[in-house]
Amino acid sequence: MSGPFIDDARIAEARKLADEIVNPIFDLIQRNTTVSNERTVLRFFGISGAGARGVPLANLMVDKLKSAGVLNRGAAYWYGRALQLGASSPLDAVERLTALPTDKMGPLSPEMEANLRDAVREEARAAMTELKARIAQRNALREQFPMSPAPHKYVIVATGNIYDDVDQARAAAQAGADVIAVIRSTAQSLLDYVPHGATTEGYGGTYATQENFRVMREALDDESRKLKRYIQLTNYSSGLCMSEIAFCAAYEKLDMLLNDAMYGILFRDINMRRTFIDQYFSRRICALAGIIINTGEDNYITTADAYDAAHTVIASQFINECFAKRAGLKDWQLGIGHSYEIDPYREDTLLLELSQAMLVRRCFPDAPLKYMPPTKHKETDIFFSHAYDVMADLVAIWTRQGIQLLGMMTEAMHTPLLADRYVALKSASYIHRAARGIDEEFTVREDGKIANRAREVFAKAEELLRECHSEGMVAAIGKGRFGDVKREETGGKGLDGVLEKAPDYFNPFLEMLEAS
Amino acid sequence: MVKPSKQIIRPYGDRRDDGMVQLSFTLPVPLSEKAKEAAAQFTKKMGFTDVKVAAAERAADQYTFFVVYARSNVTLDYAEIDVPEVVVRKMGFDDLNALIKEKVRRRIVVFGACTGTDTHTVGIDAILNMKGYAGDYGLERYPGFEAYNLGSQVPNEDLIKKATAKHADAILVSQVVTQRDVHKDNSRQFIDAAKAAGIHGKTLLLLGGPRVDHKLALELGFDAGFGPGTKPSDVANYIVHAVMKKEGTESADAHYQGEPT
Repeated sequence: MSGPFIDDARIAEARKLADEIVNPIFDLIQRNTTVSNERTVLRFFGISGAGARGVPLANLMVDKLKSAGVLNRGAAYWYGRALQLGASSPLDAVERLTALPTDKMGPLSPEMEANLRDAVREEARAAMTELKARIAQRNALREQFPMSPAPHKYVIVATGNIYDDVDQARAAAQAGADVIAVIRSTAQSLLDYVPHGATTEGYGGTYATQENFRVMREALDDESRKLKRYIQLTNYSSGLCMSEIAFCAAYEKLDMLLNDAMYGILFRDINMRRTFIDQYFSRRICALAGIIINTGEDNYITTADAYDAAHTVIASQFINECFAKRAGLKDWQLGIGHSYEIDPYREDTLLLELSQAMLVRRCFPDAPLKYMPPTKHKETDIFFSHAYDVMADLVAIWTRQGIQLLGMMTEAMHTPLLADRYVALKSASYIHRAARGIDEEFTVREDGKIANRAREVFAKAEELLRECHSEGMVAAIGKGRFGDVKREETGGKGLDGVLEKAPDYFNPFLEMLEAS
Repeated sequence: MVKPSKQIIRPYGDRRDDGMVQLSFTLPVPLSEKAKEAAAQFTKKMGFTDVKVAAAERAADQYTFFVVYARSNVTLDYAEIDVPEVVVRKMGFDDLNALIKEKVRRRIVVFGACTGTDTHTVGIDAILNMKGYAGDYGLERYPGFEAYNLGSQVPNEDLIKKATAKHADAILVSQVVTQRDVHKDNSRQFIDAAKAAGIHGKTLLLLGGPRVDHKLALELGFDAGFGPGTKPSDVANYIVHAVMKKEGTESADAHYQGEPT
C-alpha cells in the first residue's frame, strides 16, 4: 500500500487550493488567442503544407492576418472569407487571402457573416469527423494488440535522422520497450513554427514534424502487429507550438505527449501568457485524441536539490492536474511527472524515494504517473549507474507507476547505444516481473521514516499552495517558487504572438472541443 | 630532470599482468552460433588472445549484444607517460556551485544578450537557459548564479545599463550573424559603450558566437571569447575563476582545465 499517510480531507483541500489558484488564469485564457493557436485552427482545416523556402502555409497566412491587424477575429473566420472569395482548396485559400489588400478585409453584411460561419462550421465538423476516424483506427489497433502491463517501459531515440530513429525504435520494441520517445532537435521549442516534411539532420535529436510523426507511427504500427503488442509513440508538445504539435500528434495517431502547463515558462523562458493560452488548446486536443500527457515536474529537482525541493513537485502536480482537468483530460490521461533524483550518497535514499513516489501515488490514485530515472547524480561508472537505475525500477513497480522512463547506464556520456537500451529493458523487465504486487505484501508503517517524510513533504506542499493562493500564480512564479526560476508575466519569448480576441472571435474547433 | 626507471604495466584482472580486459559491443547480425564466432574473431583481430564470449544476447531481431573477456599481450612503460598536471580540474555543476558557496559566498550575477541587430538567441540561450546545451545545464540552473537572459536585438547600451543596475559580475555578448563582419563592428561598439559606462576592466566582458575565438575577443577588448562547441559549464568555470581572481580568493596566475587560451 502506498499508505494513507495523509488524511483524505487534506488532499481534497490541496486540490481545491490548486483549483482556485488556476481560476484567474482562465480569464486570461478565455480572453486571448495566440498565433500558434490560430495556426492550429488552419492545420485542422488541412493547411499542413509549406510554401517557398519551407515556410509553413499556416505561418504565411497567420502572419498576413496579424500584420493586417485582423487575426483577433480568428483564422477560421478568414479561412471562411477565402472560401467565399471562391477558394477551391486550402492552398488556394492561403494564396487568395495573402494576396488580399488590407482595405478589402472589412466586415460583410450580417447575413453574409452568418452564412460564412455556418459554412465554416460545416467544414470544421467534417475535419473533426476525419480526425476522430483516425483516432478510432489507432484505438482499434490498441485493442487488437493489448499493451504489456504497467509500468510501461519508455525509452528514447535521438539520432537526428528519422529513418535511423525508426531502426533504433524497432530494435527497442523488439527488446521489450512499450513506449518510444523521439527526442527533438536542440532548441526546437523556441521555433515559432513547426518544420515541414521528413528530416534527416538535427542536433541532439530529430525535428518534430507531422511527416516524421507519420513515418515513426507507421513503423511502430508494423512492429506492433509483428510483436502482437501495441507500441506507443510520444513526442513533445512544449515550447512555442504546443497546440500545433498536439494537432499533428493527434492526426498522426500518437499516444502520448510531454505537455506541461509551466515547463516552457520556467525552463525555456517562454512568455507566461503565451504558455498558459497555448497549453489550454493543446490539452483540449489531447483530451479529444485520447493522448496521455506527461508533465515535467521531474525538471524542478534537477535544478533545485531533490530533497529540499520535493514539495514543489507535489504542489506543481496539483496545479498541472487542475489545468489538465479543466481542459477535459481524464485521470487515465495524466502522466503526472516525478523522478528518482536524490543524491545517492545520502543515507536512506531508497526510503526517501519510496516515500516521495508513494506520496505522489497517494495524491493521484487514478493517474498513470510518469516516473523518470536518475540523471543529475549519474556517474560515468556504468556499473554503478546500472545498479542505481535498477533501484528506480524497484520503486516504479512498488508504487504502480503507469509509465517508467528507463535510466541508461551511459547517461551523462552519450546518447544511448542500442545495447544500453537492451540492458536497461532486460533488467527493468526482471525487476517488474520479480516484484509485481510487492505493495500488497508490505504495509508501510505509519510511524516510520517513509510515512513521516511523506507527511513532511506534503505539509510543505500545502504551504506552497497556500502561498500561491494568496499571492497569485504569476507572483509565485515571479518569486522563483518553482524550480528556483523567476519569470515575469511580460518577459520571455512569444508575448508578441498573444492577441486579445475580438468580440466576434470565431474558432469552431474550440467550440466543438469544449462542447464534447 | 632525472628520467624515472622503467615501470612496465599491463591490465590487472585476477593476477598481476594477466592482461585481462572486458569488452562489450553489438554486432548487426541475428543471434546465432555464427554470430558468436564473429564476435570471437572480431576480438582476436583487435589483438586479444584467450577470447571468451561470455554473453551473446538477442538485443533485437537483427542485433546481437556481446560481453567478451580476453587477454591483451600489450605492455607499456608507465614511466614514459607524460601528462602535464592540470592545476585545477574543470568542475561540474555540483562542485562549481559548492566552490561559489565556499569562496565567493554570494550568487554571481550574469547578464547576457544577443546585441545589435542580430536576432539569433540560439547561442545565448544555450549558455544561459535552464535547459542548457547538449546535456550541459545552462547558467540559470546553477544556484550559484543569478543569470538574466535579455534575448536578442538588445541595444548594447541597454544591456550595460540593466547589468550595471544589478551589479553584474559578468556580461555575455552573443554575436551570431557575421555578414560583412557586423559582429566585429557591433562588438567594438559594445566595448566603447562599456568604456563610456566605466565598467570596462571592472565587469567581466565575454564574447561568444560561431565565428568568435578567445584571441579575437581579446583583440576587440573583451576579457574572454568562446567559440563553437562551448558548453555552459565552460563559461561557468571561466566566470567563477575570474571572479575569484578578482576578489583575491585565487592567485592571479592559477590555471585550470579548459581555460580559454
